[in-house]
Amino acid sequence: MTTTALPPLTKKDFQTDQEVRWCPGCGDYAILAAVQSVFPELGIPRENFVIVSGIGCSSRFPYYMHTFGFHTIHGRAPAVATGIKANRPDLEVWVVTGDGDALSIGGNHTMHMLRRNVGIKVLLFNNRIYGLTKGQYSPTSEFNKITKSTPFGSPDRPFNPVSLAIGAEATFVARSVDVFQSHLKDTLKAAAAHHGSAFVEILQNCNIFNDGAWTTLTEKEARSEQVLQLEHGKPLVYGRNRDKGIRRKLDGDIEVVQLGNGISESDLVLHDAHHPRPSYAFLLSHMEGRPGFPTPVGVFRAWDDLPRYEDVINEQVRQVIQKKGPGDLTKLLRAGDTWEVK
Amino acid sequence: MSTLMEVPASKTKREVLDQAVIRFAGDSGDGMQVTGNQFTNTVALYGNDIATFPDYPAEIRAPAGTLPGVSGFQLHFSSGEVHTPGDSVDVLIAMNPAALKVNVTDLKPNGILIVNSDSFEESDLRKAKLTVNPLEDHSLDKFRVFPVELQRLTRVALQHLGLDAKASDRCKNFFALGMCYWLYNRSMEPTVRWIEDKFKKKPLLVEANKLALKAGYSYCEATEAFQISYEIPPAQLSPGLYRNLSGNQALAMGFVTAAQKAGLKLFLGSYPITPASDILHELSQYKNFGVLTFQAEDEIASITSAIGAAYSGALAITTTSGPGMALKTEALGLAVATELPLVICDIQRGGPSTGLPTKTEQADLLQALFGRNSEAPIPVLAAATPGDCFWIAVEASRIAIKYMVPVIVLSDGYLANGAEPWRIPNWDEIPAIDVKFATNPEGFQPYKRDPQTLARPWAVPGTRGLEHRIGGLEKQDVTGNINYEPLNHENMVRIRAAKVEAIVQDIPNQLPNGDPEGDLLIVSWGSTYGAITQAVSGQRAKGRKIGHLHLRYLHPLPGNIGDILKRYKKVLVPELNMGQLLWILRAKFLVNAVGLNKIQGRPFKQSELDQKIEEVLGL
Repeated sequence: MTTTALPPLTKKDFQTDQEVRWCPGCGDYAILAAVQSVFPELGIPRENFVIVSGIGCSSRFPYYMHTFGFHTIHGRAPAVATGIKANRPDLEVWVVTGDGDALSIGGNHTMHMLRRNVGIKVLLFNNRIYGLTKGQYSPTSEFNKITKSTPFGSPDRPFNPVSLAIGAEATFVARSVDVFQSHLKDTLKAAAAHHGSAFVEILQNCNIFNDGAWTTLTEKEARSEQVLQLEHGKPLVYGRNRDKGIRRKLDGDIEVVQLGNGISESDLVLHDAHHPRPSYAFLLSHMEGRPGFPTPVGVFRAWDDLPRYEDVINEQVRQVIQKKGPGDLTKLLRAGDTWEVK
Repeated sequence: MSTLMEVPASKTKREVLDQAVIRFAGDSGDGMQVTGNQFTNTVALYGNDIATFPDYPAEIRAPAGTLPGVSGFQLHFSSGEVHTPGDSVDVLIAMNPAALKVNVTDLKPNGILIVNSDSFEESDLRKAKLTVNPLEDHSLDKFRVFPVELQRLTRVALQHLGLDAKASDRCKNFFALGMCYWLYNRSMEPTVRWIEDKFKKKPLLVEANKLALKAGYSYCEATEAFQISYEIPPAQLSPGLYRNLSGNQALAMGFVTAAQKAGLKLFLGSYPITPASDILHELSQYKNFGVLTFQAEDEIASITSAIGAAYSGALAITTTSGPGMALKTEALGLAVATELPLVICDIQRGGPSTGLPTKTEQADLLQALFGRNSEAPIPVLAAATPGDCFWIAVEASRIAIKYMVPVIVLSDGYLANGAEPWRIPNWDEIPAIDVKFATNPEGFQPYKRDPQTLARPWAVPGTRGLEHRIGGLEKQDVTGNINYEPLNHENMVRIRAAKVEAIVQDIPNQLPNGDPEGDLLIVSWGSTYGAITQAVSGQRAKGRKIGHLHLRYLHPLPGNIGDILKRYKKVLVPELNMGQLLWILRAKFLVNAVGLNKIQGRPFKQSELDQKIEEVLGL
């Protein structure tokens, strides 16, 4: 390892010479641009970045990043990444995945990686459709959605990725949107700063098979009226005139209230992303899809007091070596009862 | 307790034998595996050559006393060379009527039968589906039957300790073991040491088990029950330091050794599955060798995590059995496409599907060779004996790293749990494993190959200037860039195949054992080595011209196999499957070989091999 100081990295340093093969207008371009502009700011040598992906449109991502990259098989990126991180905790490992890859075929690995708190950042591009296989419904598609494989409407209830990650007790869970560039960059930076597993759902448009997937949030009007930006320590306020908020009810549930008429910001829920227990974040995640409620974006939960999996297992190795001394192969082979034949 | 260790001079007759086969059989809760392992360890330490056959049900505790719950452990020990656990047994210890019923057919006429007569009540007989008591109906007259009140005598011996009846009854297997030590004039010392270590946190159990052991020994001494005892002198093994080793232990130690030889961290990704789990258990104890064991959420994560570890520079392995292999299939293809070093161990068991989890079979050969989508060649090695598992682990690791390729190791339930004396090698007897990580960015290309091995560079993350992308998509050679052009694909398919074929240059030409040419060549692989070696040796002693070719490398095959096949009039391929190697040999060498196929979840018996050999020879 050389210690020579290198010139600071720039966005260009993370671009590859590979022709980007996403459809023109795809939301993935915006996410790629955001990641390429955030990575140089993290102070991590470029060779220490590893981007691991599964299968799907989003999973082409590593080819366009000038880092170490591993395009694996469908759904298995979190498991491959876990092997990398367990063996090399010093590496900065990011998983790029989609709603089908992470929640359908790879649901098991996503859930267990989060449970173990492996220090991996997961970017889940959620366009609510299978794009690469040309338009079947995904585990995040709306109930009754008409797609190629559901001409009479999807019979499945969708997963809420944020609820799922919080349910698996992920220590960092956030949501952003492909077209909210500065919010997206801030969210990526917050994820990068987290030591344990960081799960970021990025709402993303598929202009070919599911155009307008998130227009209810991304249209100019909707952006302020339908989106609640979460900020730690701040009250849950939204609306163009910051005139709506979220208040706790006596039964523990939450409700949307109009500010004024005796209701002020001090009556609202103060966002606490650092709470050790996931219940509050889970409640927040369930606002999405509730009539009259906004969709929260930002950091739902960032509780970083849990040791990382890779540190635990490598620490165990260190402790056993300390206790037993480094392994001696001759002793190992000759362990137990032996006898000499002359 | 010093008298416990001594083997007192006996008034009874002592006969010197050259070999014996003993089988402990009881309920799966009776501790038969422990008892068998203890007896094995003791006779191995004494210097006998041994072969063992543990045979237990898949159910952890099938209903007590029933036929499906019978667990057995067979040991063949000898003053000469031993290759099999033996067809039939000289001494059978049956802890209940079910164990008797299941096992008595294998007892030789005039063999010794020790039965726990306390467990032959009406209800015990009913559980074993017996209508009459076999101890009373003269059906056992051709054996030397010794009914012993194992339960009552053990309780009497332990009564002053204040244990309850259940705890006391749990020691009765050691009473039986003590009797066997007397019968074969063996010291109780190794077992006493084991008991003291095993129960060191429970002094009462140390005392109880030691007392039960001693009581069994003294019972024989005092009652002169047997009138005769036996002596089997030590075997003449080649000089060296020995230990007793099972196949799964040997694999675990082999991989630790390979990692040390390569100077790499060892990473095991695994999901519990019978009969492979013991490798995970063993390796998880070796953390002071820097071993990382990852018990994954499923079989797929166990191999894909290992692929991640290999990608980042570890010696990565994954261990499983047939059903797990099926689940790992897609990831095997990824390891082929990304050309990463990885060792996959399949400890075969009876199938299809869940099949016979605890019984042995060799029916995953074709799965190992071909069980992937598209053209995805993978080298396949198979261990011949429990001790050979060590050497196969080292060799598989060496090939994986040198050629940058996943390698499949085949073992099976019989090798995994069976044990043999193993000569402990010195460090310099173990092949070197050279690792060359790419470090120089100058002219670096992820798929630029070594001209001799066709291996691509191992360029691990964290190496400055070597940032690159790999994946499962077809790529251009040298650059590794995604490429779907028709001729490029054909070129890559052929390169991946040529790389695996190139391993032939590293495999010694193989000479058959026995006659170098003659009437019959027996070709085999895997755990049938012992049984076939013994059969061939017996047949050649009768003057028959037989050669035995036992394959450890199944893909690629050693370069001279075709020539060897031509030197014999007939070729016989015995396998514990429907004829999988047979199919390969016939297809590859156009040889009119015939098979001997047994699919019973059990190894070959001598008699089965002898009969087929004589049939093929037209005798």
